[in-house]
Amino acid sequence: MSKLPIVRIENLHKKYGDTEVLKGISLEVQEQEVVVIIGPSGTGKSTMLRCINLLTIPDEGRIWLEDQEITAPHTDVNKIRQRIGMVFQDFNLFNHLTALGNVTIGLTKVLGMNKKEAHEKGMWELERVGLADKADLYPAQLSGGQKQRVAIARALGMDPHVMLFDEPTSALDPELIGEVLTVMQKLAREGMTMLVVTHEMGFAREVSDRIIFMEHGVIVEQGPPDQLFYAPKHNRTREFLWKITELYGKDRDNAAPASG
Amino acid sequence: MDFLQQFGFLVYYLSQGLGVTLGVTAIALTTGLFFGTILGLMRVYGGPVLSRFAALYSLVIRGIPVIVVLFILFFVIAAFVNLSPFLAGALSLGIASSAYQSEIIRGAIMSVPPGQMMAARAIGMSRLKAILYVILPQAFRLAIPPWSNEAAIVLKDSSLVYVLGVPEILRRAQYVSARTHEPFIAYAAAALLYFALTFLTNRVLDAAERRFRLLM
Repeated sequence: MSKLPIVRIENLHKKYGDTEVLKGISLEVQEQEVVVIIGPSGTGKSTMLRCINLLTIPDEGRIWLEDQEITAPHTDVNKIRQRIGMVFQDFNLFNHLTALGNVTIGLTKVLGMNKKEAHEKGMWELERVGLADKADLYPAQLSGGQKQRVAIARALGMDPHVMLFDEPTSALDPELIGEVLTVMQKLAREGMTMLVVTHEMGFAREVSDRIIFMEHGVIVEQGPPDQLFYAPKHNRTREFLWKITELYGKDRDNAAPASG
Repeated sequence: MDFLQQFGFLVYYLSQGLGVTLGVTAIALTTGLFFGTILGLMRVYGGPVLSRFAALYSLVIRGIPVIVVLFILFFVIAAFVNLSPFLAGALSLGIASSAYQSEIIRGAIMSVPPGQMMAARAIGMSRLKAILYVILPQAFRLAIPPWSNEAAIVLKDSSLVYVLGVPEILRRAQYVSARTHEPFIAYAAAALLYFALTFLTNRVLDAAERRFRLLM
Protein backbone atom coordinates (compact mmCIF):
# COMPACT_ATOMS: atom_id res chain seq x y z
CA MET A 1 0.00 0.00 0.00
CA SER A 2 1.53 3.29 -0.99
CA LYS A 3 0.78 6.08 1.43
CA LEU A 4 0.29 9.68 0.47
CA PRO A 5 3.51 11.64 0.99
CA ILE A 6 3.30 14.48 3.55
CA VAL A 7 5.16 16.83 1.25
CA ARG A 8 5.44 16.50 -2.49
CA ILE A 9 7.37 19.02 -4.55
CA GLU A 10 7.28 19.02 -8.31
CA ASN A 11 9.68 20.93 -10.54
CA LEU A 12 10.21 23.89 -8.21
CA HIS A 13 11.80 27.02 -9.65
CA LYS A 14 12.73 30.29 -7.96
CA LYS A 15 14.61 33.29 -9.24
CA TYR A 16 15.88 36.36 -7.37
CA GLY A 17 16.46 38.93 -10.06
CA ASP A 18 18.73 37.24 -12.57
CA THR A 19 19.93 34.57 -10.18
CA GLU A 20 18.12 31.29 -10.47
CA VAL A 21 18.24 29.81 -6.97
CA LEU A 22 16.09 26.76 -7.57
CA LYS A 23 16.26 25.06 -10.96
CA GLY A 24 13.64 22.39 -10.89
CA ILE A 25 13.52 20.58 -7.55
CA SER A 26 11.31 17.52 -7.16
CA LEU A 27 11.00 15.75 -3.88
CA GLU A 28 8.69 13.57 -1.82
CA VAL A 29 8.76 13.24 1.94
CA GLN A 30 6.89 10.40 3.63
CA GLU A 31 5.25 10.48 7.00
CA GLN A 32 7.70 10.09 9.90
CA GLU A 33 10.64 10.48 7.57
CA VAL A 34 13.63 12.56 8.63
CA VAL A 35 15.26 14.16 5.63
CA VAL A 36 18.49 16.11 5.95
CA ILE A 37 19.42 18.56 3.22
CA ILE A 38 23.08 19.41 2.83
CA GLY A 39 25.08 21.38 0.33
CA PRO A 40 27.27 24.46 -0.04
CA SER A 41 25.77 27.78 1.04
CA GLY A 42 23.84 29.70 -1.56
CA THR A 43 22.54 26.61 -3.29
CA GLY A 44 18.89 27.17 -2.47
CA LYS A 45 18.42 24.84 0.52
CA SER A 46 16.80 27.49 2.68
CA THR A 47 14.81 28.86 -0.25
CA MET A 48 13.39 25.42 -0.89
CA LEU A 49 12.42 25.07 2.76
CA ARG A 50 10.75 28.46 2.73
CA CYS A 51 8.79 27.55 -0.38
CA ILE A 52 7.23 24.64 1.49
CA ASN A 53 5.43 26.96 3.92
CA LEU A 54 5.09 29.72 1.33
CA LEU A 55 7.26 32.22 3.18
CA THR A 56 8.83 32.36 -0.27
CA ILE A 57 6.50 32.11 -3.23
CA PRO A 58 7.90 29.84 -5.94
CA ASP A 59 8.00 31.10 -9.53
CA GLU A 60 7.14 27.77 -11.02
CA GLY A 61 6.32 24.27 -9.88
CA ARG A 62 3.77 22.76 -7.53
CA ILE A 63 3.84 21.75 -3.89
CA TRP A 64 1.41 19.46 -2.08
CA LEU A 65 0.96 19.22 1.64
CA GLU A 66 -0.74 15.91 2.24
CA ASP A 67 -3.71 15.93 -0.15
CA GLN A 68 -3.79 19.68 -0.68
CA GLU A 69 -1.94 21.54 -3.39
CA ILE A 70 -0.68 24.61 -1.54
CA THR A 71 0.59 26.33 -4.66
CA ALA A 72 -2.93 26.35 -6.10
CA PRO A 73 -4.51 29.81 -6.29
CA HIS A 74 -6.68 30.97 -3.37
CA THR A 75 -5.23 28.63 -0.80
CA ASP A 76 -5.38 29.98 2.74
CA VAL A 77 -1.68 30.30 3.57
CA ASN A 78 -2.39 30.94 7.26
CA LYS A 79 -4.20 27.62 7.55
CA ILE A 80 -1.44 25.80 5.69
CA ARG A 81 1.31 27.26 7.86
CA GLN A 82 -0.43 25.97 10.99
CA ARG A 83 0.32 22.45 9.76
CA ILE A 84 3.99 23.23 9.15
CA GLY A 85 6.36 24.07 11.96
CA MET A 86 9.38 26.19 11.11
CA VAL A 87 12.56 26.71 13.09
CA PHE A 88 14.90 29.47 11.98
CA GLN A 89 18.65 29.82 12.14
CA ASP A 90 18.44 32.95 14.30
CA PHE A 91 15.53 31.74 16.47
CA ASN A 92 13.29 34.76 15.89
CA LEU A 93 11.68 34.44 19.29
CA PHE A 94 9.22 37.24 20.04
CA ASN A 95 11.32 39.58 22.15
CA HIS A 96 8.46 41.08 24.13
CA LEU A 97 7.12 37.74 25.36
CA THR A 98 8.39 35.22 27.90
CA ALA A 99 9.36 31.72 26.84
CA LEU A 100 5.85 30.58 27.73
CA GLY A 101 4.29 33.59 25.99
CA ASN A 102 6.20 32.70 22.83
CA VAL A 103 4.57 29.28 22.80
CA THR A 104 1.07 30.38 23.82
CA ILE A 105 0.63 33.38 21.52
CA GLY A 106 -0.01 31.14 18.53
CA LEU A 107 -2.37 28.99 20.57
CA THR A 108 -4.52 31.92 21.70
CA LYS A 109 -4.30 34.24 18.71
CA VAL A 110 -4.22 31.69 15.89
CA LEU A 111 -5.94 28.59 17.25
CA GLY A 112 -8.30 30.52 19.50
CA MET A 113 -7.59 28.50 22.65
CA ASN A 114 -8.54 30.04 25.96
CA LYS A 115 -5.81 31.24 28.32
CA LYS A 116 -5.95 28.26 30.64
CA GLU A 117 -5.77 25.64 27.89
CA ALA A 118 -2.99 27.56 26.18
CA HIS A 119 -1.04 27.81 29.43
CA GLU A 120 -1.24 24.07 30.01
CA LYS A 121 -0.33 23.21 26.45
CA GLY A 122 2.46 25.79 26.47
CA MET A 123 3.96 24.35 29.66
CA TRP A 124 3.72 20.88 28.21
CA GLU A 125 5.61 21.91 25.07
CA LEU A 126 8.30 23.62 27.15
CA GLU A 127 8.55 20.44 29.19
CA ARG A 128 9.11 18.53 25.95
CA VAL A 129 12.18 20.62 25.17
CA GLY A 130 13.30 20.54 28.79
CA LEU A 131 12.68 24.20 29.59
CA ALA A 132 9.61 24.24 31.84
CA ASP A 133 11.71 25.93 34.54
CA LYS A 134 12.50 28.81 32.17
CA ALA A 135 8.88 29.56 31.29
CA ASP A 136 8.90 33.07 32.77
CA LEU A 137 12.19 34.22 31.30
CA TYR A 138 12.42 36.54 28.32
CA PRO A 139 14.43 35.62 25.23
CA ALA A 140 17.19 38.04 26.22
CA GLN A 141 17.64 36.06 29.43
CA LEU A 142 18.11 32.72 27.66
CA SER A 143 21.20 31.18 26.08
CA GLY A 144 21.22 30.56 22.34
CA GLY A 145 20.54 26.87 22.79
CA GLN A 146 17.63 27.58 25.12
CA LYS A 147 16.23 30.14 22.68
CA GLN A 148 16.28 27.60 19.89
CA ARG A 149 14.57 25.01 22.09
CA VAL A 150 11.85 27.53 22.93
CA ALA A 151 11.50 28.20 19.20
CA ILE A 152 11.05 24.46 18.66
CA ALA A 153 8.42 24.37 21.42
CA ARG A 154 6.65 27.32 19.80
CA ALA A 155 6.48 25.45 16.51
CA LEU A 156 5.40 22.21 18.19
CA GLY A 157 2.59 24.00 20.00
CA MET A 158 0.67 24.29 16.77
CA ASP A 159 0.71 20.49 16.40
CA PRO A 160 2.37 20.59 13.00
CA HIS A 161 2.30 17.61 10.66
CA VAL A 162 5.81 18.35 9.47
CA MET A 163 8.68 20.40 10.88
CA LEU A 164 11.14 22.45 8.84
CA PHE A 165 14.53 23.27 10.37
CA ASP A 166 16.55 25.96 8.60
CA GLU A 167 20.12 25.56 9.86
CA PRO A 168 18.90 25.38 13.46
CA THR A 169 22.36 25.19 15.02
CA SER A 170 24.38 27.47 12.74
CA ALA A 171 24.06 30.53 14.98
CA LEU A 172 24.97 28.66 18.16
CA ASP A 173 28.19 28.47 20.11
CA PRO A 174 29.63 24.97 19.69
CA GLU A 175 28.93 23.94 23.28
CA LEU A 176 25.23 24.77 22.88
CA ILE A 177 24.63 22.76 19.71
CA GLY A 178 24.27 19.43 21.47
CA GLU A 179 21.19 20.36 23.50
CA VAL A 180 19.31 21.45 20.37
CA LEU A 181 20.30 18.34 18.43
CA THR A 182 19.21 16.18 21.35
CA VAL A 183 15.74 17.73 21.25
CA MET A 184 15.57 17.24 17.49
CA GLN A 185 16.64 13.65 17.82
CA LYS A 186 13.96 13.06 20.42
CA LEU A 187 11.39 14.52 18.04
CA ALA A 188 12.56 12.23 15.30
CA ARG A 189 12.21 9.23 17.58
CA GLU A 190 8.67 10.31 18.45
CA GLY A 191 7.87 10.01 14.76
CA MET A 192 7.84 13.67 13.71
CA THR A 193 8.30 14.22 9.98
CA MET A 194 11.28 16.53 9.60
CA LEU A 195 13.14 18.36 6.88
CA VAL A 196 16.43 19.66 8.21
CA VAL A 197 18.92 21.91 6.48
CA THR A 198 22.13 21.51 8.45
CA HIS A 199 25.86 21.10 8.39
CA GLU A 200 25.77 18.76 11.39
CA MET A 201 27.00 15.58 9.77
CA GLY A 202 26.76 13.59 12.98
CA PHE A 203 23.06 14.34 13.18
CA ALA A 204 22.63 13.61 9.48
CA ARG A 205 24.33 10.26 9.76
CA GLU A 206 22.67 9.05 12.93
CA VAL A 207 19.18 10.49 12.82
CA SER A 208 18.20 10.94 9.20
CA ASP A 209 16.49 8.40 6.99
CA ARG A 210 17.65 10.14 3.87
CA ILE A 211 20.22 12.75 2.95
CA ILE A 212 19.77 15.08 0.02
CA PHE A 213 22.80 16.79 -1.45
CA MET A 214 21.91 20.02 -3.21
CA GLU A 215 24.13 22.23 -5.29
CA HIS A 216 23.46 25.12 -7.67
CA GLY A 217 19.71 24.84 -7.26
CA VAL A 218 19.35 21.16 -8.11
CA ILE A 219 19.38 17.90 -6.16
CA VAL A 220 22.65 16.26 -7.09
CA GLU A 221 22.21 13.07 -5.15
CA GLN A 222 20.04 11.55 -2.46
CA GLY A 223 19.89 8.35 -0.51
CA PRO A 224 20.25 6.75 2.91
CA PRO A 225 23.09 8.21 5.02
CA ASP A 226 25.29 5.14 4.64
CA GLN A 227 25.13 5.36 0.90
CA LEU A 228 25.98 9.05 0.77
CA PHE A 229 28.74 8.85 3.32
CA TYR A 230 30.39 5.64 2.18
CA ALA A 231 29.41 5.10 -1.43
CA PRO A 232 28.39 8.40 -3.03
CA LYS A 233 27.64 8.17 -6.74
CA HIS A 234 28.86 11.65 -7.56
CA ASN A 235 32.27 13.11 -7.11
CA ARG A 236 30.81 16.43 -5.93
CA THR A 237 28.99 14.68 -3.10
CA ARG A 238 32.17 12.99 -2.00
CA GLU A 239 34.15 16.22 -2.18
CA PHE A 240 31.57 18.17 -0.23
CA LEU A 241 31.21 15.56 2.49
CA TRP A 242 34.94 15.25 2.79
CA LYS A 243 35.33 19.00 3.10
CA ILE A 244 32.59 19.47 5.63
CA THR A 245 33.73 16.58 7.79
CA GLU A 246 37.21 18.03 7.72
CA LEU A 247 35.87 21.44 8.65
CA TYR A 248 33.63 20.37 11.49
CA GLY A 249 35.90 17.63 12.75
CA LYS A 250 35.39 14.00 13.64
CA ASP A 251 34.96 14.61 17.36
CA ARG A 252 31.87 16.73 16.93
CA ASP A 253 30.43 14.09 14.63
CA ASN A 254 30.52 11.58 17.36
CA ALA A 255 29.69 13.91 20.21
CA ALA A 256 26.81 15.86 18.74
CA PRO A 257 23.64 13.81 19.17
CA ALA A 258 23.55 11.53 22.15
CA SER A 259 23.40 8.01 20.80
CA GLY A 260 19.84 7.02 20.29
CA MET B 1 7.55 88.75 51.97
CA ASP B 2 5.00 90.74 50.12
CA PHE B 3 6.59 89.77 46.83
CA LEU B 4 6.67 86.08 47.71
CA GLN B 5 3.06 86.15 48.77
CA GLN B 6 2.10 87.89 45.59
CA PHE B 7 4.11 85.43 43.53
CA GLY B 8 2.58 82.50 45.36
CA PHE B 9 -0.90 83.79 44.71
CA LEU B 10 0.02 84.29 41.08
CA VAL B 11 1.22 80.71 40.70
CA TYR B 12 -1.99 79.55 42.35
CA TYR B 13 -4.07 81.62 39.94
CA LEU B 14 -2.17 80.30 36.92
CA SER B 15 -2.37 76.73 38.14
CA GLN B 16 -6.12 76.94 37.69
CA GLY B 17 -5.22 76.77 34.00
CA LEU B 18 -3.21 73.64 34.69
CA GLY B 19 -6.16 71.36 34.06
CA VAL B 20 -6.78 73.03 30.72
CA THR B 21 -3.12 72.71 29.74
CA LEU B 22 -3.03 69.07 30.76
CA GLY B 23 -6.34 68.43 29.02
CA VAL B 24 -5.16 69.99 25.76
CA THR B 25 -1.89 68.07 25.99
CA ALA B 26 -3.56 64.74 26.74
CA ILE B 27 -6.09 65.08 23.92
CA ALA B 28 -3.43 66.25 21.48
CA LEU B 29 -1.04 63.44 22.37
CA THR B 30 -3.73 60.76 22.18
CA THR B 31 -5.09 62.04 18.88
CA GLY B 32 -1.55 62.32 17.57
CA LEU B 33 -0.67 58.81 18.70
CA PHE B 34 -3.82 57.36 17.14
CA PHE B 35 -3.32 58.97 13.74
CA GLY B 36 0.45 58.76 14.00
CA THR B 37 0.23 54.99 14.47
CA ILE B 38 -2.10 54.58 11.52
CA LEU B 39 0.12 56.80 9.36
CA GLY B 40 3.25 55.01 10.56
CA LEU B 41 1.71 51.65 9.65
CA MET B 42 0.73 53.04 6.27
CA ARG B 43 4.31 54.13 5.71
CA VAL B 44 5.71 50.68 6.35
CA TYR B 45 2.96 48.30 5.25
CA GLY B 46 0.65 50.46 3.15
CA GLY B 47 1.89 49.68 -0.33
CA PRO B 48 2.85 52.39 -2.80
CA VAL B 49 -0.31 54.53 -2.64
CA LEU B 50 -0.96 54.67 1.09
CA SER B 51 2.68 54.98 2.06
CA ARG B 52 3.17 57.85 -0.36
CA PHE B 53 0.10 59.57 1.01
CA ALA B 54 1.36 59.21 4.58
CA ALA B 55 4.82 60.46 3.61
CA LEU B 56 3.34 63.49 1.89
CA TYR B 57 1.09 64.25 4.86
CA SER B 58 4.06 64.11 7.19
CA LEU B 59 6.21 66.23 4.90
CA VAL B 60 3.59 68.97 4.55
CA ILE B 61 2.56 69.18 8.21
CA ARG B 62 6.14 69.11 9.45
CA GLY B 63 6.99 71.87 7.00
CA ILE B 64 4.50 74.29 8.52
CA PRO B 65 4.81 76.03 11.89
CA VAL B 66 2.46 74.44 14.40
CA ILE B 67 0.72 77.74 15.05
CA VAL B 68 -0.14 78.07 11.36
CA VAL B 69 -1.52 74.51 11.33
CA LEU B 70 -3.49 75.46 14.41
CA PHE B 71 -5.08 78.52 12.79
CA ILE B 72 -5.90 76.71 9.55
CA LEU B 73 -7.39 73.66 11.23
CA PHE B 74 -9.23 75.74 13.79
CA PHE B 75 -11.07 77.64 11.11
CA VAL B 76 -11.57 74.54 8.94
CA ILE B 77 -12.98 72.60 11.89
CA ALA B 78 -15.09 75.58 12.95
CA ALA B 79 -16.62 75.76 9.47
CA PHE B 80 -17.98 72.22 9.71
CA VAL B 81 -18.66 71.45 13.34
CA ASN B 82 -19.39 73.57 16.33
CA LEU B 83 -16.56 72.68 18.69
CA SER B 84 -15.35 74.65 21.66
CA PRO B 85 -12.01 76.40 21.15
CA PHE B 86 -10.62 74.00 23.75
CA LEU B 87 -11.51 70.87 21.76
CA ALA B 88 -10.78 72.37 18.37
CA GLY B 89 -7.40 73.60 19.58
CA ALA B 90 -6.51 70.29 21.19
CA LEU B 91 -7.52 68.30 18.09
CA SER B 92 -5.58 70.65 15.81
CA LEU B 93 -2.47 70.23 17.93
CA GLY B 94 -3.05 66.48 17.80
CA ILE B 95 -3.19 66.49 14.03
CA ALA B 96 0.02 68.50 13.87
CA SER B 97 1.62 66.09 16.33
CA SER B 98 0.41 63.05 14.36
CA ALA B 99 2.89 63.91 11.60
CA TYR B 100 5.80 63.87 14.04
CA GLN B 101 4.49 60.80 15.81
CA SER B 102 4.06 58.96 12.51
CA GLU B 103 7.81 59.36 11.97
CA ILE B 104 8.48 58.01 15.46
CA ILE B 105 6.24 54.99 14.97
CA ARG B 106 7.58 54.32 11.50
CA GLY B 107 11.15 54.33 12.81
CA ALA B 108 10.17 52.07 15.69
CA ILE B 109 8.41 49.57 13.41
CA MET B 110 11.44 49.46 11.16
CA SER B 111 13.71 48.72 14.10
CA VAL B 112 11.76 45.58 14.93
CA PRO B 113 13.89 42.84 13.32
CA PRO B 114 12.33 41.43 10.11
CA GLY B 115 12.56 37.90 11.48
CA GLN B 116 9.77 38.77 13.93
CA MET B 117 7.24 39.17 11.14
CA MET B 118 8.51 36.02 9.44
CA ALA B 119 8.22 33.96 12.64
CA ALA B 120 4.72 35.29 13.28
CA ARG B 121 3.61 34.38 9.77
CA ALA B 122 5.26 30.97 10.11
CA ILE B 123 2.95 30.01 12.99
CA GLY B 124 -0.04 30.92 10.87
CA MET B 125 -0.74 34.50 11.89
CA SER B 126 -2.26 36.74 9.27
CA ARG B 127 -0.35 39.94 8.50
CA LEU B 128 -2.81 41.93 10.58
CA LYS B 129 -2.49 39.64 13.58
CA ALA B 130 1.29 39.69 13.27
CA ILE B 131 1.24 43.49 13.28
CA LEU B 132 -1.16 43.67 16.23
CA TYR B 133 0.36 41.03 18.47
CA VAL B 134 4.03 40.93 17.51
CA ILE B 135 5.19 44.06 15.69
CA LEU B 136 3.30 46.89 17.40
CA PRO B 137 3.83 45.75 21.00
CA GLN B 138 7.56 45.82 20.32
CA ALA B 139 7.46 49.01 18.26
CA PHE B 140 5.61 50.92 20.99
CA ARG B 141 8.25 49.99 23.51
CA LEU B 142 11.05 51.03 21.19
CA ALA B 143 9.17 54.29 20.59
CA ILE B 144 9.04 55.40 24.23
CA PRO B 145 12.28 57.47 24.28
CA PRO B 146 11.56 59.52 21.13
CA TRP B 147 7.90 59.68 22.11
CA SER B 148 8.64 61.24 25.50
CA ASN B 149 10.55 63.94 23.65
CA GLU B 150 7.48 64.57 21.51
CA ALA B 151 5.27 64.58 24.63
CA ALA B 152 7.39 67.38 26.11
CA ILE B 153 7.13 69.33 22.84
CA VAL B 154 3.34 68.96 22.69
CA LEU B 155 3.06 69.95 26.34
CA LYS B 156 4.89 73.18 25.58
CA ASP B 157 3.07 73.68 22.28
CA SER B 158 -0.22 73.45 24.17
CA SER B 159 0.50 77.04 25.15
CA LEU B 160 -0.24 77.96 21.52
CA VAL B 161 -3.96 77.42 22.00
CA TYR B 162 -3.96 80.66 23.98
CA VAL B 163 -4.32 82.39 20.60
CA LEU B 164 -7.77 80.79 20.38
CA GLY B 165 -8.71 82.23 23.76
CA VAL B 166 -8.49 78.97 25.66
CA PRO B 167 -7.81 79.87 29.32
CA GLU B 168 -4.76 77.72 29.90
CA ILE B 169 -1.63 78.73 31.79
CA LEU B 170 -0.21 81.18 29.27
CA ARG B 171 -3.55 82.87 28.67
CA ARG B 172 -3.95 83.41 32.38
CA ALA B 173 -0.44 84.81 32.63
CA GLN B 174 -1.39 87.24 29.95
CA TYR B 175 -4.45 88.38 31.94
CA VAL B 176 -2.29 88.95 34.98
CA SER B 177 0.33 90.82 33.02
CA ALA B 178 -2.30 93.11 31.53
CA ARG B 179 -3.81 93.84 34.92
CA THR B 180 -0.65 94.26 37.00
CA HIS B 181 1.69 95.68 34.33
CA GLU B 182 4.34 93.29 35.61
CA PRO B 183 4.90 91.03 32.63
CA PHE B 184 8.14 89.57 33.93
CA ILE B 185 6.61 88.22 37.10
CA ALA B 186 3.51 86.91 35.33
CA TYR B 187 5.42 85.08 32.62
CA ALA B 188 8.11 83.87 35.02
CA ALA B 189 5.37 82.18 37.05
CA ALA B 190 4.03 80.60 33.85
CA ALA B 191 7.53 79.45 32.90
CA LEU B 192 7.95 77.87 36.30
CA LEU B 193 4.74 75.91 35.90
CA TYR B 194 5.62 74.73 32.40
CA PHE B 195 9.06 73.68 33.52
CA ALA B 196 7.64 71.70 36.45
CA LEU B 197 5.15 69.96 34.15
CA THR B 198 7.72 69.08 31.52
CA PHE B 199 10.12 67.85 34.15
CA LEU B 200 7.48 65.63 35.72
CA THR B 201 6.32 64.28 32.37
CA ASN B 202 9.84 63.33 31.44
CA ARG B 203 10.35 61.63 34.78
CA VAL B 204 7.19 59.57 34.40
CA LEU B 205 8.07 58.54 30.86
CA ASP B 206 11.64 57.68 31.85
CA ALA B 207 10.21 55.35 34.45
CA ALA B 208 7.88 53.86 31.85
CA GLU B 209 10.81 53.33 29.53
CA ARG B 210 12.76 51.47 32.20
CA ARG B 211 9.72 49.40 33.08
CA PHE B 212 8.94 48.40 29.49
CA ARG B 213 12.41 48.33 28.02
CA LEU B 214 12.67 45.71 25.32
CA LEU B 215 15.71 43.51 25.60
CA MET B 216 16.83 42.01 22.33
